[in-house]
Amino acid sequence: MKIRQGAFSFLPDLTDAEIHTQVQYCIDNGWAVSVEYTDDPHPRNTYWEMWGHPMFDNPDAAAAVFEVNECRKQFGDYYIRVIAFDSTHGWESIKLSFIVNRPKDEPGFHVSREEVKGRSMRYSIKSYATDKPEGKRY
Amino acid sequence: MPDGSEKLTAKARYSAGVLEYKKMGYWEPDYEPKDTDIISLFRITPQDGVDPIEAAAAVAGESSTATWTVVWTDRLTACDKYRAKAYRVDPVPNSPGQYFAYIAYDLDLFEPGSIANLTASIIGNVFGFKPLKALRLEDMRLPIAYIKTFNGPATGIVVERERLNCFGRPLLGATVKPKLGLSGRNYGRVVYEALKGGLDFTKDDENINSQPFMHWRDRFLYCMEAVNRASAATGEVKGTYLNVTAGTMEEMYKRAEFAKDLGSVIIMIDLVIGYTAIQSMANWARDNDMILHLHRAGHSTYTRQRNHGVSFRVIAKWMRLAGVDHIHAGTVVGKLEGDPATTKGFYDVMREEYNPQSLETGIFFDQHWASLNKMMPVASGGIHAGQMHQLVHYLGEDVVLQFGGGTIGHPQGIQAGAEANRVALEAMIFARNAGDDYMQNGPEILARAAKNCTPLKQALDVWKGVTFNYESTDAPDFVVTPTTS
Repeated sequence: MKIRQGAFSFLPDLTDAEIHTQVQYCIDNGWAVSVEYTDDPHPRNTYWEMWGHPMFDNPDAAAAVFEVNECRKQFGDYYIRVIAFDSTHGWESIKLSFIVNRPKDEPGFHVSREEVKGRSMRYSIKSYATDKPEGKRY
Repeated sequence: MPDGSEKLTAKARYSAGVLEYKKMGYWEPDYEPKDTDIISLFRITPQDGVDPIEAAAAVAGESSTATWTVVWTDRLTACDKYRAKAYRVDPVPNSPGQYFAYIAYDLDLFEPGSIANLTASIIGNVFGFKPLKALRLEDMRLPIAYIKTFNGPATGIVVERERLNCFGRPLLGATVKPKLGLSGRNYGRVVYEALKGGLDFTKDDENINSQPFMHWRDRFLYCMEAVNRASAATGEVKGTYLNVTAGTMEEMYKRAEFAKDLGSVIIMIDLVIGYTAIQSMANWARDNDMILHLHRAGHSTYTRQRNHGVSFRVIAKWMRLAGVDHIHAGTVVGKLEGDPATTKGFYDVMREEYNPQSLETGIFFDQHWASLNKMMPVASGGIHAGQMHQLVHYLGEDVVLQFGGGTIGHPQGIQAGAEANRVALEAMIFARNAGDDYMQNGPEILARAAKNCTPLKQALDVWKGVTFNYESTDAPDFVVTPTTS
């Protein structure tokens, strides 16, 4: 399966030139671009590891694409995403997030069900990959 | 020339009998509204022969302290303060016989934090008043002092996105169809297919509650099975608006609790449950970290006609105070009423921190929202993937685009329909961000994306050229005059 998180997961994988266009859009809007990576892609895993701080004051989209590639060198078989932070009052959160790298094999998730009272069910979603410890998953 | 606003002596003012409203203190052309006043803008259509100023004063009177005759008990109160004051009456452009009446109300006329109390005054008796042929509440200016008595949307756009882990593109949804008749099991099938195919949300329709063909518990159980399966299949947070609308508050709370126990991220209510019930459900949603979707069922009975009723922009303002997170607000290009400029005004009321006066979009007053959370507008009704460039252009990014027929009616099935919509959306957002003139090149961008996505190609073929071009009944009265260079 292909994990569909982020704004562009239904498009073919983005080239570096395509990543550049999106990063440029973020910079033009005054947002700080950041690179993050993980080997735990659970939909509610909020905190991916930070590949350095958000690039405040960076005017150059190429610098962000460079960092993506540096991250890929070390974590080529991880999920890597680019996110952009908007510090404007009233938002102060993420404005864009998209995946730029994924493992060759994405085993996906299984749903576990616990039957509870009545016909109710407690659901839990678990990544097959996270059965193994961090760093040994993909 | 006397205009009726001259002060009478107390003896003349309070003699028993009938006095014109404008002579009773409800018309004050020199009045300067205070920052703390609530201001209403009414469109009044007086009966033939009725002076528009007297009609405006009557509206001020009947929506505040007045009755049809002089009462001495006024003199036991600080009645000058409590009288609403009509202070300005303008003819409506290009609409003979209609007038815009500006009326200011002192803050002390209203109970804090109660839409029911506000509306009981502003749209209470006055809409049936005989000297008027018709009356419409066009807009309101709500002072910060009043706004601060409300909690506002339970979740808001930003936190909703954080919870869903979805940034930078409109959310996608679909209403399950047929809206009536599916069993719980069959209903959940539609939810599963649509969410797995690429939508973020599915939705109960306004009139799906608990009917003989499907008990509400059955629907909730099957829908949550579908939501969790789809979430696992895509790695995304998914939701389905479980409609908890019911005959009593007790029943609604019961259904909402069950939705929460099953792990739903969102519940839904209908506008027809009433303002107080909406505020109660908003409090419940805030206490339970639940996104609250409002379907505006019934609104067109009073929002659509330009001469009588309440403009939807006012309903939107009340709902932002009342505290819903999602609200249906028009599509511009779809099958339901929605002039582009008017719709932009609605969206601005929902999504902005501050609305400057903008007559061309129907916003009559500067409105500060005092950091109240923003509402996510929902665009639903007769839209399809081929309109994606127009939807992004008119409605922007913080919106739920709901393709019901445009998902479920896809020739290759529901998953394919959902995928077509998602691919079309992502391609359009990508192109917009990359600096493409996407409004101009929209059809090409879609065609290019369809090369990698057969479902999109099929969707574009099936719904090619489907448009709903009818004249809007609710359009602004002021238009921008293009400047000549």
